[in-house]
Amino acid sequence: MKAQLEEAVLPVIVALLIAAVVGDALILSFGQNPGAVYRLLFEGTWGNVYGLGQVLYKTTTLTFTGLAVAIGLRAGLFNIGAESQLAAGGFVAALVGLTLPPGLPSLLTLPVYLVAAAAGGAVVGGIPGVLKAKLGAHEVITTIMLNFIVLALLNYLVVRYLKVEGTLHTQPIHSGALPRLSDMASGFRGSAANVVLLLAVAAGVVTWWYLFRTKRGFELRAVGLQPGAAEYGGVDVGGVWWRAMALSGALAGLGGLNFVLGYKHYYEDSFGAGAGFIGIAVAIVGRNHPFGVMLAALVFATLSQGGLAVNAVVPKQIFDVLQAVVIIAVAASVPEVRRVLRRTAGAGAGAPA
Amino acid sequence: MIILVFLAQTLRIAVPYLFAASGGVISERSGLIGLGLEGYMLGGAFCGAISSYYSGSAWIGLVGAAAGGGALALLYALTAIRFRADQVVLGVAINLFVTGATRFFLKLAFHSSANSPRVPGLGVEQSGTGLVTLVGNPLIWLGILAVAVIAWLLYRTAFGLRVRAAGEHPTAALSVGVPVHRVRYIAAALSGVLAGLGGAYLALDQHQFSADMTAGRGFIALAATIFGRWDPFRAALACLFFAAAETLQIQLQGSQVIPSQFVEMIPYALTIIALAGVVGRAVAPAALGRVAE
Repeated sequence: MKAQLEEAVLPVIVALLIAAVVGDALILSFGQNPGAVYRLLFEGTWGNVYGLGQVLYKTTTLTFTGLAVAIGLRAGLFNIGAESQLAAGGFVAALVGLTLPPGLPSLLTLPVYLVAAAAGGAVVGGIPGVLKAKLGAHEVITTIMLNFIVLALLNYLVVRYLKVEGTLHTQPIHSGALPRLSDMASGFRGSAANVVLLLAVAAGVVTWWYLFRTKRGFELRAVGLQPGAAEYGGVDVGGVWWRAMALSGALAGLGGLNFVLGYKHYYEDSFGAGAGFIGIAVAIVGRNHPFGVMLAALVFATLSQGGLAVNAVVPKQIFDVLQAVVIIAVAASVPEVRRVLRRTAGAGAGAPA
Repeated sequence: MIILVFLAQTLRIAVPYLFAASGGVISERSGLIGLGLEGYMLGGAFCGAISSYYSGSAWIGLVGAAAGGGALALLYALTAIRFRADQVVLGVAINLFVTGATRFFLKLAFHSSANSPRVPGLGVEQSGTGLVTLVGNPLIWLGILAVAVIAWLLYRTAFGLRVRAAGEHPTAALSVGVPVHRVRYIAAALSGVLAGLGGAYLALDQHQFSADMTAGRGFIALAATIFGRWDPFRAALACLFFAAAETLQIQLQGSQVIPSQFVEMIPYALTIIALAGVVGRAVAPAALGRVAE
């Protein structure tokens, strides 16, 4: 257990150190003092309630997309389509919301929205799963291609049929919008954080329970580790593949509620703004563990909000670069760390992570 | 005349695809996934614009673009081969890296997060029909040449044989003395150089670099690589076909016969159909994405 934890955490520490060095270099190249920039970053995020609210809002979406990518990777599948699954979830939820009669209580409508958002994402995620299971089409390519297709389709539907003139968003929904944190604690005023945050935490716990405490989750992980062996052990590998992709899509789709139901109360074209792709980084850095994912989502959300806080001094894109550096460094140091740890622990010790 | 204009515009749109897809073919045939093409293109466009701006010569710009794209691809190959990092993760990260880095250095060099100042371009200036501009731009011919050169390399040289061996059966190739890792490094560098030149075409044609100017063209080139079943000529035909669809959409813009969003979907939808094997399955190189042991 301790060895496994070491193997999981060490690459992340190495990556963060490398990112800190690169970050310092970039800040210095811009003629600024790294210490001062980092202080600004902290003050603009965790240093005040509004900043914290923005961080929590971003954490919410990233937790959903990170969980989506992580559950796919646990099954040995790379879902690069979280961006369009997120959009589809938000879109379907908004469509349903537009047809609901106004004034229904949230308690009644929430399950409807949950099902709608999950279904929207699950369809977009499930298609590549079925294509992989039945026809052997590689999910990396099909999810990338579906991103473009689905986002273009949603753009068409919004522009052609649903938009409020002069904008790229739909009419507001009048039923079951969820409260923001600022309704409960006035310090959060102006920030987008809302109670979907609690749904994100719940989703993390449920995903953990599914992966590590159910038979289906065990099968999913078995397929991810060694599909041939899992099949020999009686697991329906194709079934696991498409279920994992549909679940992955459903998780990403639920993330759409954060914007649609919790923040703006309408669907807006490309509201995801890259959160689906950052979800890949979140899953990698969170080492595909639901609790790691939640922690990583918090880190990436802080960097993203922090970018806005320091933008007057250094370009906020510094943090885009650092995100990429962290991903590359984690990906590159995982096999290396594993090799070193195995060598020091002696041959054969420890299970493959 | 209308047909000529149509063909000319198709070719103009196709050139960056031809460069990047040729790079995609050589990289993937060697066993390295071409997910970073978008990043190499954008990096090439930026380095091309910068070197053209500071040297005053678009030709130096081309050298800069090739160097920039090549360097990014080597970074990818180094982490994928030496450190055995997952190629899909790396591809995604490289694209993210270039998007952020180009904007950062744009601000550092020109104090703008949107675009560079005007940079020298290649060939003759814009004319009425675009035909003269077309034949006067040496990059057009270089793009067509790239396809032929990659095909010749892949099918007619010892190096090409090694590339294909590295992509299909690296372990067997290693056992008979093929330096699989070195072959993959060279294939990666070639793909970066070519995609970088494709990006340079965009920047030099528009006489400036603007943020995210590749706008997914690297992914269209990747789609063409797959739709063309990893063959340089078929990939080139796919590029021309995708470009023709875009041209048609531009020409029809006023009439709204087909919504532009549906034209945008064509390359991606066709690629999924090809992968699903509805009309002849597209089969990837066997060792694509795997490390040679």
